[in-house]
Amino acid sequence: MNPLTACLLLSALLFSIGLGGALSRRSAILVLIGIELMLNAANLNFIAFWRFGPHPENLTGILFVIFSIAIAAAEAAVGLALILAVYRHFKTSDLSRLNSMKG
Amino acid sequence: MNSPFFILAALTIFGASAAMTLRNMVHCTLALSICFIGIAGLYLNLGAQFLGLAQVLVYVGAVVILIVFAILLTRSGELPSPRPSRAVYGIIVAAPTFGILAWAMLTGATVPVQPQAHIDQIGRVMMHHYLLPLEIVGLLLTAALIGAVVIAMEEKQSTK
Amino acid sequence: MVWIVRNLWLIPVLPAFAAALISLASQSRRKFAAYLAIGSMSCSLLLSLLAFAHTLHHPSVEFVNFPWLQFGATWLAFGWLLNPLTAVMLVMVSFVGLLIFVYSVGYMAHDENFTRFFCFLSLFAGAMLGIVISNNLLLLFMNWEIVGLTSYLLIGFWYQRPAAAAAAKKAFIVTRIGDLGLFLGMMWLYSASGTLLFYDNGAGCLEHSAIAAMASHGVALGLTASSAIALLIFCGAAGKSGQVPLHVWLPDAMEGPTPVSALIHAATMVAAGVFLVARVYPLVAASTGTGPSAALEVIAWVGAITALFAACIAVAQNDIKRILAYSTVSQLGYMMLGLAVGGVAVGMFHLITHAFFKALLFLGAGSVIHGCEGEQNIRRMGGLRKLMPVTFITYAIGMLALCGFPLFSGFWSKDEILFSAHQWNLSAIPYYLGTAGALLTAFYMTRQICYVFFGTPREKAQPVGLPEHAVSLESRESPAVMTWPLMILAFFAALLGFIGTPAWPWFQEFLNGRPAAFDFRLFQANGLLPLMAVSSIIVFVGLALGWWLYGRQPVSAAEQPDPLERWQPGIFHALMHRLYVDQIYDVSVVRIARWLSIVSEWIDRHILGGSIRLVAWFVSGISHVDFLIDSSFINTGFDEGCGEIVRGGRLLSRLQNGRVQNYLSVLGIALVVFVFYLLLGSRG
Repeated sequence: MNPLTACLLLSALLFSIGLGGALSRRSAILVLIGIELMLNAANLNFIAFWRFGPHPENLTGILFVIFSIAIAAAEAAVGLALILAVYRHFKTSDLSRLNSMKG
Repeated sequence: MNSPFFILAALTIFGASAAMTLRNMVHCTLALSICFIGIAGLYLNLGAQFLGLAQVLVYVGAVVILIVFAILLTRSGELPSPRPSRAVYGIIVAAPTFGILAWAMLTGATVPVQPQAHIDQIGRVMMHHYLLPLEIVGLLLTAALIGAVVIAMEEKQSTK
Repeated sequence: MVWIVRNLWLIPVLPAFAAALISLASQSRRKFAAYLAIGSMSCSLLLSLLAFAHTLHHPSVEFVNFPWLQFGATWLAFGWLLNPLTAVMLVMVSFVGLLIFVYSVGYMAHDENFTRFFCFLSLFAGAMLGIVISNNLLLLFMNWEIVGLTSYLLIGFWYQRPAAAAAAKKAFIVTRIGDLGLFLGMMWLYSASGTLLFYDNGAGCLEHSAIAAMASHGVALGLTASSAIALLIFCGAAGKSGQVPLHVWLPDAMEGPTPVSALIHAATMVAAGVFLVARVYPLVAASTGTGPSAALEVIAWVGAITALFAACIAVAQNDIKRILAYSTVSQLGYMMLGLAVGGVAVGMFHLITHAFFKALLFLGAGSVIHGCEGEQNIRRMGGLRKLMPVTFITYAIGMLALCGFPLFSGFWSKDEILFSAHQWNLSAIPYYLGTAGALLTAFYMTRQICYVFFGTPREKAQPVGLPEHAVSLESRESPAVMTWPLMILAFFAALLGFIGTPAWPWFQEFLNGRPAAFDFRLFQANGLLPLMAVSSIIVFVGLALGWWLYGRQPVSAAEQPDPLERWQPGIFHALMHRLYVDQIYDVSVVRIARWLSIVSEWIDRHILGGSIRLVAWFVSGISHVDFLIDSSFINTGFDEGCGEIVRGGRLLSRLQNGRVQNYLSVLGIALVVFVFYLLLGSRG
């Protein structure tokens, strides 16, 4: 198995675990953790493509990941702040009970 | 593919699955940090030293701490175990996703090379070619910081 | 090109920038506003002095043009220029402005809108300096309008007073009538010469080729294009400079704070009209024949009539600032006369000296008003000589300069105008009008100073019911921040004339770009000495007459009739009511406008409104028919359709169950399907 494929398989597995968790867990915080996992899987893909791709001297993959990490940090901060606000409002962070948007 | 890669991959997968399945949320968070450390190791292994360090700093140092704070502030340490039906539902969606992605990857072609990314190169590129995105990200982080504070602030009594 | 020419724009921009900053500050930042305004004005003064020093060695026109706006294939260029005329005005405006800024700190100290005042004042100074350096008539016009705006804002500064608000409106509207002429002239100038730049390396509208083309192009009634344009531009100048018949706004403008009257309505803005004529002088003076151009002729007559007319009215006014306002109108008439009969230098010399002594007089009047707690009626003052010595001495100097007392600055500049008028070969009448005006000037100033500073305080004669109008005996000398500007201005009012005496006409030659020589023999030229003797005698007669009527036996009570009133009540009352000009305007211009508006209201109401009602009635008839069709046929079908949509929506809303995770799983499934489809597709 060539190394790129191994990396990509790993990141696909990581992504799937994150997706499965985000779909099945009821706590909003755990859903956020799942999303973080998916983001990391995507980052791993970028690095793998940079490492084994055609133009590594451009550092595009690296820089993408740097910006992605920065944005993920912002996303985590805002996401957790939202969870806190939601918790304060509904007195729960259980997503299955947060269905006031039901059509 | 070398053996450190497989060890790190195993660590990452272990951390990730534990984070998504454990009942105690603090444990989940710890497992998540193991997973992040594994990913950081993979970055190092793949030649992206700077990113490895950034991963540890940002994810393990900041995001995980934030999550712990959120757990403490929402007082949701213990959770009832996920209902089996929901877990099955998650697997039903996630397993085909993995299958289809793996199929896609195994049928793709690759060009192996040996790159190096020194930190001065990264800095140079970032300060020249990617200067504007860098500034924008800085702005975004500031905005997110302020936004997070605003959202998480105590709700004012709207009726006076 | 030297630094100062390249950076001349800084001079107006600094005060304007200060105004912008002050406008952002809160009303309580009084010190900040005052320091910023005074600081920016000091910088402007410094730069102006640099520019002035530069023109001492390089008297030719220097300019910087830059493209501003493109329309079609042509660029509209803006720019600034520096020549002796500009430099002199720059120094005068920034110097007098700075002194008045300093004075305002004291005068406005108790006003709650102190910050706003300095904001407007700085904006005014910026725009005024902008007028001075503009090398483009359009740019000049823009600044001209800003100046008009700030004048409006500052006259109406105490807008709670109805009189101030009305005066502000009046000033704005009357000057706007003149500005309409200026605007038309500008349009015509652009179409005739293709440019609004004054100087542009031979292509400007004030340069030889354009002037020659316009001067040779006749329009109608014997007017050349250049004269017609110049007369239109003079309309604007007359509005701004209060020439008859557009002078009515200037006396009313005295409702504003006194520093404003001194800066805007005595020293600088009203002089902007004179400056404008001086700036476009090549255009005004252009003529094909030998004699002066038609425009110059008109300006000379208007100026001479204004000079006498306003002096007459000033004789019978009782408000200290109103007397000065009419005196300003009269002096502006002299300037216009000087421009027309003697050229740029003659008019500008009087402009500069007048700026100093009239600013001095206004600030002195402000000091008196400040000391008398807001009293402005000179008949209720009196005996202030001992209570306010500094104000008295400086005021007396300003008064002597204004009267044209020998050796004071006004003497030299006014004499030169009268001398040029005497030499004018078209008619001798402007000379006699001017001389009569000089006599009256001396007379009314003596009257005023006798009322205000001599005699005894007249507050005892007040009816008991109006004690607040009385001059309190406690009226004291004003603070140093107000008296220092007075003293500095007094110094210049007394001595400034010596830069332009007939023996050493440095100022005149400087404006013409020539070095001046000292030569006593010039006094003997063309009967100059007899004329000077005559005008000195006239001044003495005026002073003596004033003293004889008012100083010899001071009026002891405010209610007592004026000596002149006892002697000639009919004329005095006519003059006191300002020769009924406002009333004439009321029954003519204003009445016609009102009548027109009534007619148009009637047309609007009955003819236009009637047709609209007809249309409305028609439309509502159609809509009734429509309603019948609608309710019987269309509604049923529509209701059915709506019901179907509601049922479908209910079905779809099951998907929208508000659970985030369901949405996410849909996304996951979609991803699987999508990638599967892509892979199949790539297989072919």
